[in-house]
Amino acid sequence: MPRFLKISLPALFLLFAASSAHAAKIGDITDTNVWDQMFRFFSLRDPSLRAVLLGSVLLGVSCGLLGCFIVVRKMSLMGDALSHAVLPGVALGFLWNMTKDPIAIFIGATIAGLLGTMVVYAITHTTRLKEDSALGLVLASFYAVGICLLKRIESLAGGNKSGIDKFLFGQAAALSQDDLILMSVITGVVLIGVGLFYKELLVCSFDVGFARACGLPTRLLHHGLMLLLAFSVVISLQAVGVVLVSAMLITPAAAAYLLTDRMHRMLLLAAIFGVTSGVLGAFFSFLGNSLPTGPFMVLAASTVFGMAFLFGPRHGTLARWWRQRSRTNRVERENTLKAIFHVIEARGFKGEGVSMEELAARRRETLDEARDRVRELKRNGLATYDVAGEATYLTPEGWQRARAIVRNHRLWELYLTSEANIAPDHVHEDAEEIEHVLGEAVVLQLEKGLHYATRDPHGKIIPSSAEIYQPEAGSPRDEAVGYGKRT
Amino acid sequence: MNEIIPPFNFQEVIVEPWTILGSEHVWVVLMGFLVTATCGSIGVYLILRRMALVGDAISHSVLPGLAVAFLAASLVAGSGAAAGGQMVEAAATGAHHNFRNPTLMFFGALAAGILTTMLIEVIHKKSRVKQDAAIGITFSSLFAIGVILISVFADKVDLDADCVLYGEIGQVAPFFSPMVEVGGVGIGTWPVVRMGTVALLTGLVIVFFYKELLVSSFDSGLAASLGINPTFVHYALMCWLSVVVVSSFEAVGAILVVAMLILPGATASLLSHRMGSIFLIVILHSALSAITGLHLGYWLNVPIAGAMVVMGVCFFTLAWMFSPSQGLLTRWLRLRVNSTSRQPAPEPGS
Repeated sequence: MPRFLKISLPALFLLFAASSAHAAKIGDITDTNVWDQMFRFFSLRDPSLRAVLLGSVLLGVSCGLLGCFIVVRKMSLMGDALSHAVLPGVALGFLWNMTKDPIAIFIGATIAGLLGTMVVYAITHTTRLKEDSALGLVLASFYAVGICLLKRIESLAGGNKSGIDKFLFGQAAALSQDDLILMSVITGVVLIGVGLFYKELLVCSFDVGFARACGLPTRLLHHGLMLLLAFSVVISLQAVGVVLVSAMLITPAAAAYLLTDRMHRMLLLAAIFGVTSGVLGAFFSFLGNSLPTGPFMVLAASTVFGMAFLFGPRHGTLARWWRQRSRTNRVERENTLKAIFHVIEARGFKGEGVSMEELAARRRETLDEARDRVRELKRNGLATYDVAGEATYLTPEGWQRARAIVRNHRLWELYLTSEANIAPDHVHEDAEEIEHVLGEAVVLQLEKGLHYATRDPHGKIIPSSAEIYQPEAGSPRDEAVGYGKRT
Repeated sequence: MNEIIPPFNFQEVIVEPWTILGSEHVWVVLMGFLVTATCGSIGVYLILRRMALVGDAISHSVLPGLAVAFLAASLVAGSGAAAGGQMVEAAATGAHHNFRNPTLMFFGALAAGILTTMLIEVIHKKSRVKQDAAIGITFSSLFAIGVILISVFADKVDLDADCVLYGEIGQVAPFFSPMVEVGGVGIGTWPVVRMGTVALLTGLVIVFFYKELLVSSFDSGLAASLGINPTFVHYALMCWLSVVVVSSFEAVGAILVVAMLILPGATASLLSHRMGSIFLIVILHSALSAITGLHLGYWLNVPIAGAMVVMGVCFFTLAWMFSPSQGLLTRWLRLRVNSTSRQPAPEPGS
């Protein structure tokens, strides 16, 4: 909890720093030279620009934090439905006294949003319709009602553009000082809420049954989360717009979800991503003339997600692809080693070199393929060639690996026949798969469980771990058969 | 507060749309009906397959496809104009409206639909992100690209934000759109004829592939064993959905079309269990909401597409409350009747 306060205090401080000098709207700026605009952006000399930045930071933090909970709860599209459902509330809030009063709009939108989540709940619980249809229904219906209300208000307000159309695609430049105060108050509430109920929310998100068994009021927590969610959607409306605010909930959180397995780190990362995409979105929309902010923020967030998707160290696609490739290569190498072992074994362990013809015949492959395989072994320091390149010799490490893989194979065959009662002619395929994934600890256990047996079901010798790794020390197999005991 | 609901004048709201501007409004209502019925019929399958939100995603992501199609058309027009001097004048007088190329729009939307389906699948299958989040991320990014394209290239893309948000169904009237004439007889305005063709094709597809669609929606394992490729059906449905969405786009926009997709099917599935009657109810629902929506829009002076959806919502709510088998009120009444009839009658004398 103190961590969240530590984040929120500087944010509040920034707010007061910005509010002291709130001058011209960004929309009033006319020159659109890109470099000038960039300089203006980075020098932060524009007070209204500081306001926009502060707004993006605030919405990034609150959306990122709450997004985490809906993403891990698989309720991402609830955010989408909620964000469309607030529209009639925005219109009614505006209708309250026909001005863009942040408080009235905030209250109206929150009520409409909560009503939307309740209708989703009611539809799924009282009809045959599934949650996806209910979400889509609420989303589109509330939106249609909202659009009709907005248009009605616009036609009442006459020529003067009331500025509520900015709620649809977002215009961060239109943020007023009142909006900012509201945003920081709500962000504070979100931070405190998440900080205070972190443990409860965590338990509820991952294991509702357990939470209920612990006596937690799960339904209350659910509605509390929905309330906070509605709050953060509503404060983001002005900057991101109704249509796209759900992305600010989902995308940063999903990106964070790809990078870590710990909830508190995910919250932190999602907040950082939210702030980054908010600021980047504000920056890019600032470069052009009165471009909508929302789409740029969403695109920035999607870029962050794309990066995490591709380059994430553990769950990223590239990392996965690399792991899979190296695993396939290792399996190929081990199969070659095994074939070489078989060749040497077939001639009674006499001689060390294995010619390409022998290897190719054993693998039932062409000579070129055999050469490729040996080249791959050589690259990994497992084998060498003779001068002519026609025979290969395993290095000590290669010989060790070859025997280990044959051992895994035969041990597993023996295990299946003796412990699982599978016929000896049915165990080969299974052993072919598992020999590459057995770890040393499992192998030691297998050896022990099989009483350090020396022959596999087909009568072949099983190399023992002790022989493979410490050829000169006495092996546990010797002990088991009572050989070489010194008493 | 009183101004928000204008006085209801029967003559003005109910009669005049048909008498004064009748010829215009017939087309508007027809368009609304065709859009809702077509979307609703596809929506029945979306609801059955629990893919309602994939429909939402595709309806959003058609926007960048359309924007790119407009840009491509403007490029073609631009190079043509550079080639001949006369073309320049034509482009100058035609201003914005020359870049509309139905073929390009069709393929743009199709590509966007396939891209969306594939992106959702890639994100969902290749990472630990769940399907719902994958849908949210995909459509919001594509929609954002679309909005940026239409605001940056506003002079080349003849789509404004209003059209995206609630469509311009009034544009189908003969006042704005040319009539299609077959043998000298006008059979309808261009948008209506186009939508009518799509509706007809949709009907034919549903009739001819009724069994395949039905089986693969309810039991994909059985479908696979009957030799129906579920992946193919999935992608075909998504492609057709993008075609339908893009033909409805200019009339109802990117978001209201979600309501058109889900509302009729949802209403019908509250009222019936049989596919045949579900389709009948879908068509009835579409017709009713199109007609009453026109009156509502006329009365309140709001976008007619939005008003049609609002009326659709009203009908859905009615079905939810009063459906004979599973309506809220009917169930409540039945519960009360049962509990009173089950109470033992007070014994005489006690």
